[in-house]
Amino acid sequence: MLGIGLLAGCSDSWNNPYPDTDAHANVLYSAFSERPKHLDPARSYSSNEAEFTGQIYESPLQYHFLKRPYTLIPLTAEAVPKPRYFDAAGQPLADDAPTTAIAESVYEIRIRPGIRYQPHPAFARDATGRFLYHALDVAALKDKTQISDFPQTGTRELVAADYVYQIKRLANPRLSSPIFGLMSEHIVGLKALGDALEKASRAHPGTELNLNDFPLAGAEVVDRYTYRIHIKGKYPQFIYWLAMPFFAPVPWEADAFYAQPGMADNNLTLDWQPVGTGPYYLSENDPNRRMVLTKNPYYHGETYPEDGDGADRQAGLLADAGKPLPFVDKAVFSLEKETIPYWSKFLQGYYDSSGISSDSFDQAVQFSAGGDPRLTDSMREKGIHLVTAVAASIWYVGFNMLDPVVGGQGEDRRKLRQAISIAFDYDEFISIFLNGRGIPAQGPIPPGLFGYVDGVAGLNPYVYEAHGGKIVRHPIEMARKLLAEAGYPNGRNAKTGEPLVLYFDTMASGPDTKSRLDWMKKQLDKLNVQLVVRGTDYNRFQDKMRKGNAQLFEWGWNADYPDPENFFFLLYGPNKKVATGGENAANYDNPEFNRLFERMKDMDNGPERQQVINAMLEIVRRDAPWIFAYYPKSFGLRHDWVHNVKPNLMANNTLKYRRIDPDLRAARRAEWNRPVLWPILLLAGSVIAIIAPAVVAWRQRERTTA
Amino acid sequence: MFAYVLRRLLYAIPILVGVNLLTFALFFVVNTPDDMARLQLGAKHVTPEAIERWKVEHGYDKPLLLNTRATGSAQLTDTLFFQRSAAMFAFQFGKGDDGRDIGNEIQTRMGPSLAIALPVFVIGLLVNITFALLMVFFRATYLDLWGVVLCVVLMSISGLFYIIAGQYFIAKLWNLLPISGYAGGIHGLKFILLPVLVSVVAGIGSGSRWYRTIFLEEIGKDYVRTARAKGLSEIRVLFRHVLKNGMIPILTGAVVVLPLLFMGSLITESFFGIPGLGSYTIDAIQAQDFSVVRAMVFLGSFLYIVGLILTDISYSWVDPRVRLQ
Repeated sequence: MLGIGLLAGCSDSWNNPYPDTDAHANVLYSAFSERPKHLDPARSYSSNEAEFTGQIYESPLQYHFLKRPYTLIPLTAEAVPKPRYFDAAGQPLADDAPTTAIAESVYEIRIRPGIRYQPHPAFARDATGRFLYHALDVAALKDKTQISDFPQTGTRELVAADYVYQIKRLANPRLSSPIFGLMSEHIVGLKALGDALEKASRAHPGTELNLNDFPLAGAEVVDRYTYRIHIKGKYPQFIYWLAMPFFAPVPWEADAFYAQPGMADNNLTLDWQPVGTGPYYLSENDPNRRMVLTKNPYYHGETYPEDGDGADRQAGLLADAGKPLPFVDKAVFSLEKETIPYWSKFLQGYYDSSGISSDSFDQAVQFSAGGDPRLTDSMREKGIHLVTAVAASIWYVGFNMLDPVVGGQGEDRRKLRQAISIAFDYDEFISIFLNGRGIPAQGPIPPGLFGYVDGVAGLNPYVYEAHGGKIVRHPIEMARKLLAEAGYPNGRNAKTGEPLVLYFDTMASGPDTKSRLDWMKKQLDKLNVQLVVRGTDYNRFQDKMRKGNAQLFEWGWNADYPDPENFFFLLYGPNKKVATGGENAANYDNPEFNRLFERMKDMDNGPERQQVINAMLEIVRRDAPWIFAYYPKSFGLRHDWVHNVKPNLMANNTLKYRRIDPDLRAARRAEWNRPVLWPILLLAGSVIAIIAPAVVAWRQRERTTA
Repeated sequence: MFAYVLRRLLYAIPILVGVNLLTFALFFVVNTPDDMARLQLGAKHVTPEAIERWKVEHGYDKPLLLNTRATGSAQLTDTLFFQRSAAMFAFQFGKGDDGRDIGNEIQTRMGPSLAIALPVFVIGLLVNITFALLMVFFRATYLDLWGVVLCVVLMSISGLFYIIAGQYFIAKLWNLLPISGYAGGIHGLKFILLPVLVSVVAGIGSGSRWYRTIFLEEIGKDYVRTARAKGLSEIRVLFRHVLKNGMIPILTGAVVVLPLLFMGSLITESFFGIPGLGSYTIDAIQAQDFSVVRAMVFLGSFLYIVGLILTDISYSWVDPRVRLQ
């Protein structure tokens, strides 16, 4: 208590976790629950890592902050590149040339001159132009554990060669880039480069590989600001990859700097200390406690978008149109592993925004009679705003199509899967287990992507029907009828009389797992079908999927890019997991679907593509290799001093758009966090009340003894 | 004494090898190197070639315990177990799968763990001993009775409840201290107060009851009766004589946990956002980072052995009848 009292004199808000001097600073406060594993753009693939890499690295393209559907716009590039096509003889082809004729696509990207890297010691030079920190020995690095321990920094202009260098880094076996396998199928010569680098790595295990010594046929520097990427055949989705940090530039100086002996022992690696051209740089990197992004003093500048729609204007999202970015000077991310302290600190105003965990959902959100979510009164009184968005993701229950009971293309199996699809009432699941944070899925494509059809027109007729303009699930009687037609009247095999028993593999864990699994069993109880749940850990689950040992399983997919190809490829035959190790976990293989997929993936968005997508949807809905469960909906909260918040589930570089009002925040914090002193007095009084009779008793006893 | 300590340290080597072997076996029964690679490479677009490359780069391509392709001693030395274990005896822990140096990480995290564990240990010891002595002083009175009842109540409550209740009342409702966080130096004091307070209160029940039992056992001995017969006050008897003799089991019990204070507390550190060693191991298990798990188990075992040796030494210091040979 004395300690608390001493601290009282230091601050207006005793519970303020930040220095008082920062009370009115233009700093955004956020948290991370899991420390990032990788910040190297060649390795980083998780969303929690993208929260940092997205602000530091700049790929040539980015997603427009406001426009929907998601639209690519230039970031460091001068324009969004249009591919040029060439035949096998190297002759140019027309834009509408048939896919079969295209041997190679070439993307020529011209970047804007004058873009500079963040200040970093890797660029620091002496008066003679020699690098200051490129020839250090272990002794010189002994006391250098942070980038800030190097007194001199420098910068240099971004050039096209940096982008080509990074593409080569994807093939570096020492980096184990997660997209190398995929990209080596598309970028000309990347596989060969990977093989050459692997050979060199084995031959010289302790030596750093100089990527500039290894040519890559598929990436060429045209001039100081222009480079070309050669893609095998036609791969229109490649353009989306150009908006990801995988294709952001890395200066060779950074690799040379970090490769020096002793650097890695002090955790000084590009994987932990990134070097980019983005609006922020990582000025403090303590992944065990906090990470701080600070405004890049050399940032090339960008302005807030001016082209939004009416809803954006109404929401105040165009109030800053045309103003220079970024708005926030610094962003402080604190490690907060548990949801309770995170939530409490958000309510105290010490975090500017928050998600909503299931523990605090009822405190924050309530549903209107029409089923629309709205904030509770206590949240509204605090000026908190609710932000919702449907994620570009899907959760599904897959049928293993290799399984003798539920798999295969026979009419009876199809009807069995359709019956089970009807029985699983995901509307109920969303209501019970997700607090309404989801939309029942009608197919593999989530809302917001081309190919998704909203409303009654887009319903899955094998599971749902239109009723008074609303989408309702088929009655369970229809499922029973389908089940009987599949050879299982009343859930029993018509030939043997044996009950139908299905097996569900899951890696679900958590406090409500049992109730979720009980709910699943209950769904099949409606059909008198038994469901045996086989809980397993992540590793065993993956193993079962690879070997095709599962019957029913639950899985999900989060979009890499906003194109239907990124969801349909999960059902494309040649991607079968058992046969090829691909992402088609259901091992679904329908020749007609495959043919349409191959056509659709190379088409431009338009009515013709929509027609093909509709045909594909009809096939997968009829075949039902998945129970299309739901598209998750994200709910987030922000305080009213945070502006320019519009969920953009594709873009990772949205920090630069955020604006905060630090004075309002300081006032609210002071108002919400006045210390309550009576408990201290009460406690002191209670201690006295307990001790006093004890002292009296002691004195009496002492006198008695004497 | 020196010979005794040296002998005990030598005994520790086979124990540490055994612990290491057991950790190794348990870890690789649950996780294969392929599983580790998949977890590190992510859930998307992972090809068998990428897994192989990751294993080669991280040294997980070698056989686990016996290399049948090698000849001579290389059959044992050119294995994952040997390559990963030999350096550890020189306290060279290597790097975690995230590329960060484990030794460096342990050094960095030890401070925050100690910043919580040490005050909790010292204050907790003082509070528990004082409370136990008071109960003994008022033995067989209503104060003793209610003291024991309070101890039982405090013991019966989950540690997590103290944390949540402490955070809710002190930090959230009364706004007296930050709910979580950490800072180095004097600025860190306000972050440490709450976890220390909560941990001390959480430990009062069990600690005080145990010490009370020890003191009650002492208080019935002849030397206490003699001290009283000499006319010493009860306070003097308790604090000069009973406490001194009761300290033998207390001290030995305390010394054994002393080195383990470095390892931190998992739940407290997690809830209060203390970047200590407590959560490092669990994070590593969740991430299937064998290098970190192995290093932390090795360090824990080593510190425990050190604690046991220190206990033996402290025995000889506090009790002249004990001689180390």
